[in-house]
Amino acid sequence: MKRIISLTVQDRSGVLNRVTGLLQRRQFNISSISVGPTETEGISKMTLVVEVEDEQRLEQVTKQLNKQIDVLKVSDITDKAIVARELALIKVAGSSQLRSEINGIIDPFRALIIDVSKDSLTIQITGRPDKIDALIDLLRPYGIKEIARTGLTAFLRGHQPQVNELTTYSQIK
Amino acid sequence: MKVEAKPDFQTSTAPKTGADLLIDLLINEGVDTLFGYPGGAVLPIYDAIYRARDTIKHVLFRHEQGSIHAAEGYARITGKPGVVIATSGPGATNLVTGITDAMMDSLPLVIFTGQVARGVIGTDAFQEADVMAITTPITKHNYQVQSISDLPRIVKEAFHIASTGRPGPVLIDVPKDISAGELFEIPEEGTIHLPGYQPTTKPNPLQIKKLADAITKSRKPVILAGAGILHGKASTELTAFAEKHKIPVVTTLLGLGTFPANNPLSLGMGGMHGTYTANMAIYESDLLINIGARFDDRLTGNLKHFAPNAKVAHIDIDPAEIGKNVPTNIPIVSDSKEALVELINQTAESPETEGWLETLNKYKEEFPLWYKHDPNGMSPQWLIEAIHKVTNGNAVVTTDVGQHQMWAAQYYNFEKPHRWVTSGGLGTMGFGFPAAIGAQMASPGSTVVAIVGDAGFQMTLQELSVIYEQNLPIKIIIVNNGALGMVRQWQELLHGNRISESILQTQPDFVKLAESYHIRGIKIESQEELITKLPEVFAYDGPVLMDCRVLQQEKVFPMIAPGKGIHEMIGVKPS
Repeated sequence: MKRIISLTVQDRSGVLNRVTGLLQRRQFNISSISVGPTETEGISKMTLVVEVEDEQRLEQVTKQLNKQIDVLKVSDITDKAIVARELALIKVAGSSQLRSEINGIIDPFRALIIDVSKDSLTIQITGRPDKIDALIDLLRPYGIKEIARTGLTAFLRGHQPQVNELTTYSQIK
Repeated sequence: MKVEAKPDFQTSTAPKTGADLLIDLLINEGVDTLFGYPGGAVLPIYDAIYRARDTIKHVLFRHEQGSIHAAEGYARITGKPGVVIATSGPGATNLVTGITDAMMDSLPLVIFTGQVARGVIGTDAFQEADVMAITTPITKHNYQVQSISDLPRIVKEAFHIASTGRPGPVLIDVPKDISAGELFEIPEEGTIHLPGYQPTTKPNPLQIKKLADAITKSRKPVILAGAGILHGKASTELTAFAEKHKIPVVTTLLGLGTFPANNPLSLGMGGMHGTYTANMAIYESDLLINIGARFDDRLTGNLKHFAPNAKVAHIDIDPAEIGKNVPTNIPIVSDSKEALVELINQTAESPETEGWLETLNKYKEEFPLWYKHDPNGMSPQWLIEAIHKVTNGNAVVTTDVGQHQMWAAQYYNFEKPHRWVTSGGLGTMGFGFPAAIGAQMASPGSTVVAIVGDAGFQMTLQELSVIYEQNLPIKIIIVNNGALGMVRQWQELLHGNRISESILQTQPDFVKLAESYHIRGIKIESQEELITKLPEVFAYDGPVLMDCRVLQQEKVFPMIAPGKGIHEMIGVKPS
């Protein structure tokens, strides 16, 4: 099962190495990882999407992460009410003649064309990973030249609903 | 007239380089001994050690691995961090085995490695190695010093992290320009700032209550005592707790000595080469109370058959150990002593364990540890018993890994804690002898015996120089069977008797070897010889090496073969 784990860490050299090294050593597969600064100077937030076999292994990985001195907080937010976003850049083959056609496709996704050249268009899309996957599928027939994705970043919504409402918010299959 | 305000460092006592500051900080931490080896990148530190030679002792080893195992021995006996210094590159990489060993066995160490100057880090400079990356997975934490002014905080944090919570090794990588850097002003005293490190030491009262109730309801309770009792200095409390409720105690390999072996409630060591009674007690128990052990696979055997009918309670200061290998019904994150004191103070009734203890006593009578006496040779087990006798069971015993380690664990009945120094988790050959050096330095008045195998001893024997130089009266007992005994045992029992590369065809003359290091050496080939020589050897106030030729084919029994359950022991009785 895929889990979203949110980590608050001290922004020190080696902390990313510690986290990824630990996951590798305990044989967890990282689907994506994103890191960036937070509202507090010296504190960074990491969002990990990991493939975990079962609850017991999940508990073990969060405990091991928690043990790291530079890790301040670990939470598995998969089943919480969260906002989760990823950004993708997609370079599609084609001249500017295709532009209006592609615009028609990407419009419902609220994606943008952010670069145009003689033989390619670059599209920027932000959203949940499944939304990005869907757009990529639609663009594939035009010939995708390059894709770059940031990996998921997420945190808790301002309001957490009661426990019995939670499942509907799950962001990841 | 202009006055030169710069203080005269040559005559004043103020530190003058980063290295001087470093040594001052170590002295402030109460460090009395440094275990180390110099080299290019730590020359400034050795300069500072030279200047501070009247206040702090440095012991020069002959290989970095020797220095770190000695620091581990020191840490095991004192509970204080052992302090190691090595140079960059090869100096640091030679420490890797010891660092990993300390990490596995939760020993507090503070390790300083030299590093090339900051300006050339990352350029593959001479003797540069990425020590931070190499040691990240094998340390509790590591630091690279980026500024002299950070040193006071880093040193303070390192000692704090190494010695609190679940202890472990902390490494500080010191670039040469930091240690050589001139100190214009003495930085302020360091303050610990570790928001991500707050170990829980006090048990949750509700969980303690839950365990107390489970104890009252149990009929077949058993305590598993691990090294967490050593770290918590909780042996007295463990005995009080076990005796209060009449609960029998199994110890792990590292937990030997936490509960007196001669106490009627003691079942001995559990696990792969544990006693029949200890393993069956775990197998049949209805309540297993693990205090400070980590359910290592060498203890549990096949997890499917481990304590199948037991409710499991686990007291550990490291929450990540709870539920890691064995599903746990009553988790208690706590220091062992704090939890035991709380448990003793509970008013819950004692369980009815008479029947259970009777069963276990029957097992003890019917399936004691056994070995065959051979009139033509010396049994290794008998050798350990003889050492136990001559030392009144009071020695500090260190070992490597393998057959001799298991025999020492089985037959040197430890009555007190902090007397047993062995490489448990990592199983490091060559650990025992250097560890004995650190143990002897930590406890100068104690009799220290290094029980080592002939193969393991040859991995770190160069430290014989150190015991001569330091005049340490360590007694080295080589349990010499001319083989990698445990490897040979497995090949005989599990690999169709294909003895592949486990016999040492050529060996040095250990007596002459000892003599070449100015140490007394004695070869022992029979029981009679041992009986005559042993009292004299232990009466001698200096180091002695005894090359004891034991029966070569002896095996360690009982044994749980890999993949088997804890109840599926072989060799429980003489065949």
